[in-house]
Amino acid sequence: MGLLSRKDANLILDPLADNNPITIQVLGICSALAITAKLLPSVVMSVSVLFVMGVGNIVISLLRNYIPSKIRIIVQLIVVATLVIIVDQVLKAYSYALSKELSVFIGLIITNCIIMGRFEAFALGNGPWRSFLDGIGNALGYAVILIIVGFFRELFGSGTLFGIEIFGNSVEKSGLYSIGYENNGFMVLPPMALIVVGLIIWVQRSRNKNLIEEN
Amino acid sequence: MAINTEKNSYTVGFAVVMVVVVGLLLAGISQLLKPNIDANKRAEKQQNILYAMGINNNEGKNDVVFIEGPELQQTFDQYITEQFYIQGGERVDDPEAYLIDIKKEKKKAENPDYDQKLPLFKGTKDGKDIYVMPVRGKGLWDAIWGFVAVDTDMTIQGVFFDHKAETPGLGAEIKQRYFMDDFVGESFLNDGQFSGVNVAKGNNDPKNEDKTDNEVDALAGATITGDGLAKMLRKDVQKYVPYFESLKN
Repeated sequence: MGLLSRKDANLILDPLADNNPITIQVLGICSALAITAKLLPSVVMSVSVLFVMGVGNIVISLLRNYIPSKIRIIVQLIVVATLVIIVDQVLKAYSYALSKELSVFIGLIITNCIIMGRFEAFALGNGPWRSFLDGIGNALGYAVILIIVGFFRELFGSGTLFGIEIFGNSVEKSGLYSIGYENNGFMVLPPMALIVVGLIIWVQRSRNKNLIEEN
Repeated sequence: MAINTEKNSYTVGFAVVMVVVVGLLLAGISQLLKPNIDANKRAEKQQNILYAMGINNNEGKNDVVFIEGPELQQTFDQYITEQFYIQGGERVDDPEAYLIDIKKEKKKAENPDYDQKLPLFKGTKDGKDIYVMPVRGKGLWDAIWGFVAVDTDMTIQGVFFDHKAETPGLGAEIKQRYFMDDFVGESFLNDGQFSGVNVAKGNNDPKNEDKTDNEVDALAGATITGDGLAKMLRKDVQKYVPYFESLKN
C-alpha cells in the first residue's frame, strides 16, 4: 500500500482478521445477532456503522485535547447519538422502506459497544487520520462478520440472497425443493447467529493458534 | 495550549457549547430533510390504502409489493374517487382526508365532547364501489394499524396491516400476505348485525374456506397480537356502521 505507511495500513487490516471486533474483542454482538436474518439489513447496518465510526472517531480525535475528562463518556455518547440521528433521518428521507425495516436497529447503533469502545480506547489518544483509519478498520471488521453471518442465515433460513430465490421457490416446490429440500427455520432465529459467530471464532482460532488464550 | 480542562467552569462551559452546537446541527438537518420525509410518509399511506383495495404489484405468492414511484399518485387519484370524513354523523368532504392522523384523533376523542373524525375513502374497482377505512389498535408491544377495504355490505375486499414493534416471526406476521389474504370475503355483519371479524384459535377452519363465520385462523404464538387485531377491527369498524346503514336507504 503506497498510500499508507505499514503502521497505518495495519490499523485497517488488523481488525479484519486477527483483532476482529466481533470474534476477538467480542464487541457488538447484540446487533450481530439481531439484524443478520437477512443479508440486506446486514449490509445497510455495516454501511451505517462505517459512517458513524469513521466520522465519530475523527470528531472525538479532534476534540480530544478539549474534552473534560469528567464528562468524556457523555460527550462520546452525544457524538454517537448525533451521528445516528443523522443516519436515521437520511435513511427516512431517501430509503424509507429500508428505514422501516431497520427502525429499531438504527437507534441501537448508539449502544453498539464497538463504537464507544474505539472512541475510548483509540480516538481519545490518537490523531484524526489514524483514528479515522482505526474506525474504518473496525467497522469493516464488524461488516465482514455481519455479512458472513447474514449470508448463511438468509441462504439456509429463507433460501434466498438479497431476496432473490437461490434454491427455487419453497411454496411452489420448485428447484431444490421439488426433491425434498426444506428451509431450516431455526436459521432465522437469533440463537443461530450466535452459533454461526461461534463457528467463525472456532475456525479463526484453529487457523491461528496465537489467538488462543492460555489459562 | 494550556487550557485547564479539569476546572468545573470549563466543564460546564464545554457542555453548554456542545449542546448548543449539536442542537443547531440536528435542527438544521431535520428542516432540510423534512420535505422528503413527509413525502415518503404520504406515499406510504397511499400505498397502504391502495394495497387494501387489492391494487398492488404483487407477483409471487408471498409478495407484498406496493405501487411505487411516479405511478403512485396517478393510480391513487384514479382509484380513490372520493375522500371524506364523518364527524358527528355528518359527512365532510376533504380531498386530503387520508392525511388525518388517527392516533391524534383517538387522543382527542378521549374528551367526550369531541366527535372523532372518521376518514373514509371511496374507490371503484372492477365497477364495484369500495370503501377503505383506517384502523388503529394495540398489539403485544406497541401500536398496530391498518386499512380495511369493504363493499357496501361490509364484506371485506382486502386489508393491509402494519405494526410498530411486534415480535418478528410471531406477531409481526400480521403483515404477511397469507394472513392478510385470509380476511378477504369475510363479513363484518352477521345476520345484518355488526359482529366484527374474530382472529380465532382452534383448528375448525384452518384453510379459511368458511366465509360466513366472521372468523379467520389465528397466527400460532401470537395470541395477544391477534386478539388486539380483532379488537381493533371490532372497535374501529363499528364506528362506521351508521354510515353504511345510511347508504342502504
